[in-house]
Amino acid sequence: MTTETDKLQPRKGSGGPAGTSLRELVLHLRQNGTQLREEWARRIAAGKLLTEMTEAEILAETTSVYDNYIAALESGTLEALETYARSLSERIIPRGVETHEVVGIVLLLRDVLARSLINSDHGSFERLNAILNAYEPAANRIVITVAVGFVQERERTIREQQEAIRELSTPVLQVRDRLLILPIIGVMDPQRARQLTEQLLRGIRANRAKVVVIDLTGVAAMDSNVANHLVLTVEASRLLGAKVIVTGLSPEIAQTLVNIGVDLTKMTTVGDLQGGIEEAERELGYKVVPSDDVVAAT
Amino acid sequence: MQVPILKQGTYLIAVVQPDLSDRDLVALRDALVERVGTHRSTGVIIDVTALDVMDSFASLTLSNLASMIRLRGARTVIVGIQPEIAFTMARLGLMLTGVTTALDLEEGLAYLGRSDPRSS
Repeated sequence: MTTETDKLQPRKGSGGPAGTSLRELVLHLRQNGTQLREEWARRIAAGKLLTEMTEAEILAETTSVYDNYIAALESGTLEALETYARSLSERIIPRGVETHEVVGIVLLLRDVLARSLINSDHGSFERLNAILNAYEPAANRIVITVAVGFVQERERTIREQQEAIRELSTPVLQVRDRLLILPIIGVMDPQRARQLTEQLLRGIRANRAKVVVIDLTGVAAMDSNVANHLVLTVEASRLLGAKVIVTGLSPEIAQTLVNIGVDLTKMTTVGDLQGGIEEAERELGYKVVPSDDVVAAT
Repeated sequence: MQVPILKQGTYLIAVVQPDLSDRDLVALRDALVERVGTHRSTGVIIDVTALDVMDSFASLTLSNLASMIRLRGARTVIVGIQPEIAFTMARLGLMLTGVTTALDLEEGLAYLGRSDPRSS
């Protein structure tokens, strides 16, 4: 074996000898794979990491992480590992795995492997140095890659969810011809208020609405800025020829509206959504009658 | 440029163009108030769909126009205010107080038809 001669050369720079050390290292890690994996899994359990996952899942994931780790050490390229880290993150993020757990387990693996290298029969101190010199930078790069991959994946997930929430947050629904409903649930921040205005005014145009019911039952409170914005939206809707009925105002919002001192005479408010829809139907000339009564009348 | 005023039955319809100057607007106001009498009109519709700016002078003039026409015995509907302009007007406090507004010309005609005391 040619590696035998390389092994004996003193380590200089990061050329051939480092590559040799790395090969030797990978060989060592491959040979002791099962044992090291078990040790690693024990450490994970001892550290109370990945508590959301079952033992079998942890075993499956650790095995593939281990294999990818060794492959990355061997090839020295991180592309495959990056892809793997992303797909791993995709799988484990929905399970509620936290950043510290992911970084923790990769660091544990690094430590387990380093310990095993130190304890293995390496001949001389110099050889150990050479092996560690090759191992440490590669191991650190791997940790960084996995951690960055995980965080990026999580940020991507969060961005997607924010996007989804934003789209869902202000639906404009047509319940009858020329009658729109805007149910608003959750916290009203200025950005959402702006979005609401835009959606509503566009919706009035698109659906040729005459009456709009804005239901605020799901909004506990709003600051005076947002309340003011709401009043402006009602006024703007009137300029488009639509009447706005606001329903489900909480006592806190009512107080905010009174405190900012806007002219509330132009704002029609009804206690709850049902009352609001009934009022809107009256406004549009609809008359809702139970079908029994219709039968009785004919 | 003068705004054309169309006569449709007992209504007068004025469709303003995008580059409406203050002077044009005042001229339109005077012409409409005059014509309401000569044609014995019951309603006036001003279509501002093409307008992309509505400043305080314009909204005040329209407000006054509506009041003047009411005094001359007819009603005014402003139609076709764009959503963005509507919100800007609300923010600036240009509320067109006392003026009826409608989505478009069709809505405006429907409104006048509904509340026309002479039509039924």
